[in-house]
Amino acid sequence: MVSRRQFIKNTGKASFALWLGATSNGFANAAFITDAPSNFTPFVKIEKNGKITIFNTKPEMGQGTFQSVPALIAEELEVSLDAITIVQTSGEKQFGGGQAAGGSSSIRGNYDAYRKIGAAAKEMLVKAASVKWGIGIESCYAENGSVHSKLSKEHLSYGDLIEEASKLEVPKEPKLKNKSDFKIIGKSIQRPDVPLKVSGKAEYGIDVEVPNMVYATVFRSPVIGGTLKSFDADATLKIPGVIKVVEAKTTVGKYQYSGVAVIAKSYWAALQGRKVLKVEWDTNGYENFNLSDYENKLRNLSKEAGVLDKNIGNVESVKTEPGNSVESFYETPMVAHHTLEPMNCIAHVNGEMLTIWTSTQVPSAITGSGPNDLHSQIGMKPENITLHSKFIGGGFGRRLYTDYVIEAVNIAKQIEQPVKVIWSREDTTQHSAVRPMTFSQLKGGFSKEGELISFQHKVISPSYFDSVGPNFDKTKVDAIMIEGIGEQAYQIPNIKTSYVYADFHVPVAAWRSVTSSTVAFAHECFIDELAHKVKKDPLDFRLQMLDKDSDTKRVLLKLKEVSNWDKPLPKGKGRGVAQWEFFAGLCAHVVEVSVTKDNTIKIDKVYAVIDLGEVVNPDNVKNQIEGSIVMALTAAIKTGITIENGKIKQSNFHDNPMIRMHETPEIEVHILADGGKIKGVGEPGLPPFAPALANAIFSISGKRIKKMPFDLKLS
Amino acid sequence: MAIINLKINSKDYSIDVDPQMPLLWAIRDFVGLKGTKYGCGIAQCGACTVHLNGQPVRSCSLPVAAVANKNITTIEGLSDDNSHPIQKAWIEEQVPQCGYCQSGQIMAAAALLSKNASPNDADIDAAMQGHICRCGTYPRIKRAIKKASENKP
Repeated sequence: MVSRRQFIKNTGKASFALWLGATSNGFANAAFITDAPSNFTPFVKIEKNGKITIFNTKPEMGQGTFQSVPALIAEELEVSLDAITIVQTSGEKQFGGGQAAGGSSSIRGNYDAYRKIGAAAKEMLVKAASVKWGIGIESCYAENGSVHSKLSKEHLSYGDLIEEASKLEVPKEPKLKNKSDFKIIGKSIQRPDVPLKVSGKAEYGIDVEVPNMVYATVFRSPVIGGTLKSFDADATLKIPGVIKVVEAKTTVGKYQYSGVAVIAKSYWAALQGRKVLKVEWDTNGYENFNLSDYENKLRNLSKEAGVLDKNIGNVESVKTEPGNSVESFYETPMVAHHTLEPMNCIAHVNGEMLTIWTSTQVPSAITGSGPNDLHSQIGMKPENITLHSKFIGGGFGRRLYTDYVIEAVNIAKQIEQPVKVIWSREDTTQHSAVRPMTFSQLKGGFSKEGELISFQHKVISPSYFDSVGPNFDKTKVDAIMIEGIGEQAYQIPNIKTSYVYADFHVPVAAWRSVTSSTVAFAHECFIDELAHKVKKDPLDFRLQMLDKDSDTKRVLLKLKEVSNWDKPLPKGKGRGVAQWEFFAGLCAHVVEVSVTKDNTIKIDKVYAVIDLGEVVNPDNVKNQIEGSIVMALTAAIKTGITIENGKIKQSNFHDNPMIRMHETPEIEVHILADGGKIKGVGEPGLPPFAPALANAIFSISGKRIKKMPFDLKLS
Repeated sequence: MAIINLKINSKDYSIDVDPQMPLLWAIRDFVGLKGTKYGCGIAQCGACTVHLNGQPVRSCSLPVAAVANKNITTIEGLSDDNSHPIQKAWIEEQVPQCGYCQSGQIMAAAALLSKNASPNDADIDAAMQGHICRCGTYPRIKRAIKKASENKP
């Protein structure tokens, strides 16, 4: 908290501003100072000339936080988005550990908190005006960056009020606006990053150039888990432009890897040098690893009881008549994130000082302002690390990991100049942690009357927590690997969920919507199997198991309406439904399909309903859901990541294809924003898509799909 | 190494490079125009698309020597104020998410419209299917191309 005395002491200087933000012992604090102190997290800065700066701690990776976070503050502050300057933070200490984007959390985690910052500032400015004019607060109102008097035509711009405002206490519970008065929230206002991205001017990590910069490419062990034995750089060093060849160490979770970096005057020269580099690896037995063997291991592990997660009622005591139960087994693949901007990082080590330029989802982890700090892994002091955080050319979870940053720093330690390390597409595909596969064993039992009375879901998979840290307790459930299953709202009297750990030597990663991207496929396809078993409409079967006030029920009822579910489809068309609620939010889809003359499934239309509680930018939400469906379609029907002889078989888009425009179905998105629990946007559109599609395929062909990826060509 | 003369966005550049180096790296790292992106390096994603004498080409797979003295246009040369009908339509439709692929998408769409003033869905699919948008903005790209074709003077 900055004292009034300090304010008085500092009034002589010209560059004073009103800063509003938080300290560790209270959310909102205000100060009238030149620079915010390091123990203070500023969100808003208002200068005498009326300039308003909003600090945004949530990196922009396409999800729209560049606008949506400032929008919450600007709404309550009564300033238009055109009138503010947005500063993206770069992991600076004063902005704390929350400088990260992931888990669809930016808005759902801060909806009221950010609004309160704007509202507190506005209340102070209004009060300041009332004091100046000697009239009551009720006779003053804020609009468009000024406070106006209701009694006269007088008005004062915020800049003229900051000095007076800074003398006031920061209101602890400022009054928030009524939803009906919103001018920004809930409106589809054009995003400020779009013009930059349409002109080629948006700067991503890979675009940064710094003086005297050199380039590097890294040759990493083709066999995952291989270690560097030796290298011979004689031929490499003869390539024009090559400067130096060094070992490049990095860390991803509990794994440590070594590669060989070729440093050169240009990226092209580095690549030429890498082509003639001779490296010997110890493959440590991993050269015998084949994914098909591992998948058999997972199937065998399904016989084990595993670790109990959720146990409602008593599944074992439920007696179902023979023929009244269903059992099923589902399999999903590993997939790559495939951000279109490949991994890259510029690092410059100058003595004790380190400067980094990169695209990252976790700025505060890189600078040591937050948890999972990087500094201990690179032997640097947090106060000596400066980050320049750039627009992100795709995150999807990949840029939650700092392996590419650690590697660049370790290379930079071995050369004076700043070095830009660029991963090729092949490097990015074959040396990134992957989304793990999950296999699911499901059992369901009905009463004589056809009520679903018991439900079991057992997940068999590698462990996320085992991959990210050395101390995973295998006797406990890995909560990430069964994520979402326990959050389903279906009211079934006896439910048991469990997890079987499978040892794996390949680093695994959170991928957009995390494990829900795979377990929802099993769970929601199985629900469809159960509905079919008792000859019920799959949407009605779901609705009957839901409490009337549950969010899931509201979403499914809306979906039923907008998709015209009750209207029979023309002959030759089918449809499927699925929903999923998990930590990030709640979304449901209906997929309509038909069969083409060559016996291939065509996706005619996708209806989506996402439940948000409140919506900041509806058009941006629609863009996110459209994109989520495209990404989920890739994961559902295109080749995943496979491993043969220890190596990732796929390398680039020719053998790890992505959905393209001509394969994209028509998508219609509906948003529920009726004041319920605030939910996320970036991820919930993915999990229900693959099961809705598989269920649609069943409805038209009778073919029950139990393995991703699946072929749209019916055999 | 060899001196290569490039004509990019009507400006002349002379660079001393490996003649086999792809045009992409010449544009990005020697000329310093960063709007053209590296995505795959094997002409599979389209992020590196520029115009060569008005035709869309993949700069990641064209040796720089092969395009010496030819007219090259990058995203920076399309307009300097987002005034190209395609750029306007991209803003109206709020197409980009992460935005990384959009320079390439826009260059391909601009080339399509210069040949075909009112493309239908199939024309658009054919012209754009070499481009990957990992964020999945395809529905908006298609809408924006149609809008640009309607708005075209």
